[in-house]
Amino acid sequence: MSSHTGKFDEYGGQYVPEALMPAIEELEDAYERYVLDNEDGFMDEFRQRLADFGGRPTPLQRADRLSERYDAEVYLKREDLLHGGAHKLNNALGQVLLAKYMGKDRIIAETGAGQHGTATAMACAHLGMPCEVYMGRRDINRQRPNVFRMRLNGAEVTPVTVGRGTLKEAISETMRDWAENVEDTHYVIGSVVGPHPFPAMVRDFQRVISEEAREQTREKAGRLPDSVLTCAGGGSNTMGLFAEFVDDESVDLYAVEAGGSSLEVDEAEGVAPNSATLSTGTEGILHGSRTRILQDGDGQIMESHSVSAGLDYAGVGPELAALVDRDRVTAVNVGDDGALAGFHRLSQLEGIIPALESAHALGYVEDHHEELGEVILVNVSGRGDKDLETVLEETHDRDIEGAPDMDTFESTGGF
Amino acid sequence: MSRIAEAFADGPAFVPYLAAGDPDYESSLAYVEALERGGADVIELGLPFSEPIAEGPTIQSAIVRALEAGMTPTRYFEFVEDLAVDVPLVCMTYYNLIYQFGEGGGPDDFVRRAAEAGIDGFVVPDLPAEEAEPLREACDEHGCELVFIVAPTTRGERLERIMSQVSGYVYVQARLGTTGARTNLSDRAAESLERVAEWDVPKAVGFGISTGEHAQRVVEAGADGVIVGSALVDIVAQGVERGDPAVTVASRLEGKARELKAGALRGASGNERPHPERT
Repeated sequence: MSSHTGKFDEYGGQYVPEALMPAIEELEDAYERYVLDNEDGFMDEFRQRLADFGGRPTPLQRADRLSERYDAEVYLKREDLLHGGAHKLNNALGQVLLAKYMGKDRIIAETGAGQHGTATAMACAHLGMPCEVYMGRRDINRQRPNVFRMRLNGAEVTPVTVGRGTLKEAISETMRDWAENVEDTHYVIGSVVGPHPFPAMVRDFQRVISEEAREQTREKAGRLPDSVLTCAGGGSNTMGLFAEFVDDESVDLYAVEAGGSSLEVDEAEGVAPNSATLSTGTEGILHGSRTRILQDGDGQIMESHSVSAGLDYAGVGPELAALVDRDRVTAVNVGDDGALAGFHRLSQLEGIIPALESAHALGYVEDHHEELGEVILVNVSGRGDKDLETVLEETHDRDIEGAPDMDTFESTGGF
Repeated sequence: MSRIAEAFADGPAFVPYLAAGDPDYESSLAYVEALERGGADVIELGLPFSEPIAEGPTIQSAIVRALEAGMTPTRYFEFVEDLAVDVPLVCMTYYNLIYQFGEGGGPDDFVRRAAEAGIDGFVVPDLPAEEAEPLREACDEHGCELVFIVAPTTRGERLERIMSQVSGYVYVQARLGTTGARTNLSDRAAESLERVAEWDVPKAVGFGISTGEHAQRVVEAGADGVIVGSALVDIVAQGVERGDPAVTVASRLEGKARELKAGALRGASGNERPHPERT
């Protein structure tokens, strides 16, 4: 779909305060010149830095025990092995480098799970740019290791206390900072959301995932996969993994959303106990673009929920919304329990502790592998170190298959 | 001549803002009415949206209070109908609320209902001129004005685009950033005013104006009107914090409105020295 117009069918566009429009236009121009046309060798430098600093390409691993369990060929794209432990570095490095090419001298970002903030802080340290990261108070509490990592890399972490203190409030706060400091500051949006050119630009920085995965599957499986699955919150790893497969009609694409505790919504309270925007959201305008959003009948944005902070967002990328409307991408969802089970299963069967985000995709494969064909590609978008405290807490009171008995540790004084 | 044009016709206009329903429906009615008694010529009445990205902390808190007290688009129109004021009213809100209202999947239902209730125009901070065509058409259809904001960063083709769409008045943003009272008013107001000097709509300056002296200075710089939000919302917030009766808060709002209106008038007369500011 179009990179130039900023529209993906009826989705996309630029819905931002006037003060930001000149910055958006400047960014649009920089995106076209440096990213699309490789002016001044920008993309060459980006790819070189992704290799040397980021550790690309990441491996495609055949998951032997999962393959046996499902009687299929299951391949894992190991974005958890990228520097920083998640796919987020691809985009953060791209945007911070672009900001340097544009002559900006300050970076701001927002973060939910902390992975994007961490990646941005690392990219800023690597490229010598000052960095401020906005993060909801609630997310700060549930993602403490990442907060520390950001600080270690020299970033300021600013808590956002309004609302419920999660990602959507942090995004609004970062937009306010940008409106105030737009002349020298670049806002590194962490997903394929926001006003044009962000959705197209972030996808293009993440596209490297599918460029590699497509070739690697051909080499290892001898053909393209039958199905490609990944988790979908805002949708950056989703679009990154799907981008090069969109034209391969034989490949089924599954965006696995957070079903949370239920798909039902409480309109009166304005609360959706899930973050399944593609499955249950409706068209509207949020944070700069027209897309699918979780909203009540009046158009007020709902509080979303997921056990995974990284998926806990009321919007989704406009291009992904359009691909779902066109039936090119199938939107499915897995609840908190299924994700936790997926987390423990991958840890125990393959020795990989995945991010809770990725665990949603693994949860879907468990229940639906018979429909997914013989060659299944799953993105492990990040590693789960940041989620250990959450998983310990959330697993404790539930009956999750394969989970170790945590009481044993507690009664003997912990680790 | 439209009601908004009339309001700007007799010298500098004072355009206050309050969020409808802050902190509750009945008090808010009294507060808006107090602004008219204090000299408001046009009132910008906020319809609260849950993600007010163009607002600073003061107005954001007002929006949270109003939402918690049950303000919705439907209640907002009832609120407008219940208001006993004669001055023109401009609805300030975000595009998603306009777009979602009614059955149409577009702005028409919202604008029709707003016009019926007595709204004269709209300011929609997250709707740039590029995306505004459907709302522009609905406003033309129902006889409403569509006010656009010109920022200190707005230049060149963007100015042309906004000029071709704007009606009622142009909202000249005095400085970068979000809404909020400031002690120093940027010189950029004058710069921004210069860029729209030739436009054939009144120029109202907003963002950061909190005292009569500020109001005087922006009118001296060439503004046809002054827009004041956060300094008034602060008075509401203080009332909530201290638990003051609504009548006391209304009287403070009326006093502040008088100060701001008097400042604007002084700016137009151009020969009086500024008075020491009251707080």
